[in-house]
Amino acid sequence: MDWQAIRLSLGLAALTTAALLVIGLPLAYWLAFSRRRWKFLVEAVVAMPLVLPPTVLGFYLLMAMGPRSPLGRAWEGLFGSTLPFSFEGLLIASVLYSLPFMIQPLAAAFASVDRGLIEASWCLGESRFRTFLRVIAPLSWAGILTGVVLSFAHTLGEFGVVLMVGGNLPGRTRTVSIAIYDQVQAMDYAPAARTAALLLGVSFLVLTVTYALRRHQRKPWTLI
Amino acid sequence: MDAHLNPGPHLLANAERHYRGGPTVEARFEIPRPGFSVTVLFGPSGSGKTTALRLLAGLERADRGSIRFGGTTWSDAAGDLHCPPQARDLGFLPQAYALFPHLTVAANLGYGLSALGARERRARVDELLALLDLRGLEGRHPGELSGGQQQRVALGRALARKPALLLLDEPLSALDRPSQVRLRKELRDLLRTLDIPTVLVTHDRAEALQLGDRLVVMDQGRVCQSGDIREVFDRPTDPAVARILGVETVVRGKIESIVGGMATLSVGSARLFAADPGGLGWEVFICIRGEDVAVERGSAPSSGTTARNRLPARITALNPEGSLVRISLDCGFPLESLVTRQACGELDLAEGDAVFATLKAAAVHLIPHD
Repeated sequence: MDWQAIRLSLGLAALTTAALLVIGLPLAYWLAFSRRRWKFLVEAVVAMPLVLPPTVLGFYLLMAMGPRSPLGRAWEGLFGSTLPFSFEGLLIASVLYSLPFMIQPLAAAFASVDRGLIEASWCLGESRFRTFLRVIAPLSWAGILTGVVLSFAHTLGEFGVVLMVGGNLPGRTRTVSIAIYDQVQAMDYAPAARTAALLLGVSFLVLTVTYALRRHQRKPWTLI
Repeated sequence: MDAHLNPGPHLLANAERHYRGGPTVEARFEIPRPGFSVTVLFGPSGSGKTTALRLLAGLERADRGSIRFGGTTWSDAAGDLHCPPQARDLGFLPQAYALFPHLTVAANLGYGLSALGARERRARVDELLALLDLRGLEGRHPGELSGGQQQRVALGRALARKPALLLLDEPLSALDRPSQVRLRKELRDLLRTLDIPTVLVTHDRAEALQLGDRLVVMDQGRVCQSGDIREVFDRPTDPAVARILGVETVVRGKIESIVGGMATLSVGSARLFAADPGGLGWEVFICIRGEDVAVERGSAPSSGTTARNRLPARITALNPEGSLVRISLDCGFPLESLVTRQACGELDLAEGDAVFATLKAAAVHLIPHD
């Protein structure tokens, strides 16, 4: 088995999920509660990766990160390295690719919190931010868990975007799915089968634990 | 607080909220003085009572007019000023209580007390548990409480921060009928002890009469009439208000005696018998529906029996209303009767006639009000 690729994939998935939580919590809050008329536009953009072929997304990302784009030049000016075919470039691509898998469960969970509870908290003097921490987030823990698990699993299994943006550099951008593809191309079925089985097992385990946890919705987490 | 420096009413609401393609709802009334008083927003469902309360709470933004409370301006549409609910120093009891389902009774009660230290917070929560008779339940979650207990937790949570104004949206309507009747008196006594001005929304006439000092009658988003509760019931300014109040006669009386389930009342210069509903103080509101009052001729000045009142009366006005005739009577207190046109014709009634008004003791509905 290609342990290097497995470690890289797990690291990428963990970092992507963490970045998505940081971006996703405020963005999902805005999507759940904003009354802006152009909200639907943002919703459509967030949902794009669900319907776009990964190669198309990957192509545009590659163009956006390239040395001739403003983003690519700015990155190179700041860090002295190029984004395409680097781990950082892969991370940015993964975050965008898995965005709907984090945002949609979060926004749905936030929106289903009883409006009356939120207003009751405001009337008890708690700010919007503290109301989020004390009421909305604890009552949305199942949605948050779903978003985390789906983002992690989705990143772990991504292929098309990685191939376009990351290429296949061992230790830098060679993920599990690329490794499996490589092994199959080389008619090397035995390691491919082991890696595939490992991925299958991990995915099944994670989803089983998630659904088992979700059965006990009665006891939400309390943040503060 | 500095009420003597501020000669205006304690609360002055004169604000409106427009809904696109829908109604306009206004909050237009006042609470003259600080201290204990209950202002009842009363009207049929859909009349805008809850929206008016939400305007006061700051949960709805007024798009015309202003709301001032205790010398500070809470909202002023002209100056684009809108104080959020967090800055209004009020206690709000929403209709379905909105208790936090993931927190215990104690945590619900202490939710608004983040500014206090842990020890002070615990002391205040203990105080509230005792005040609202919730001791022993502090570790339960809202889902494990009865309706009455939930109501008390929600009230306690609203009172926790010692607010300057209390807003109650249908505080008793989620309870079964016997609990409602029992809790009305308890609630009024509690509010009196706490000495907080309160605005209460209800569509229940008996609740309004028993709990209220001031009445604001609302219909289709508009305030039809507001003022002292007796004034409004005695003298509705227009038929719409009278229709909303829903009873032809509402007068105040005193209990003279209660014997064997039968109460003897003095009303104006008359005496009336009524079935005793229990739990009465000395002062009551007496509600009599027009259909329950019959008018008859006769000369024998019999005073009737305890089961059936028979009062000498003079007709002050006759007004046809569809197939009925509304007869206004003076029998020591103003009494309204609704009879069929046919009955009215057979008796050949005219204004100024001396008649007898009869009504069963069971048709006299008493609501305590001390």
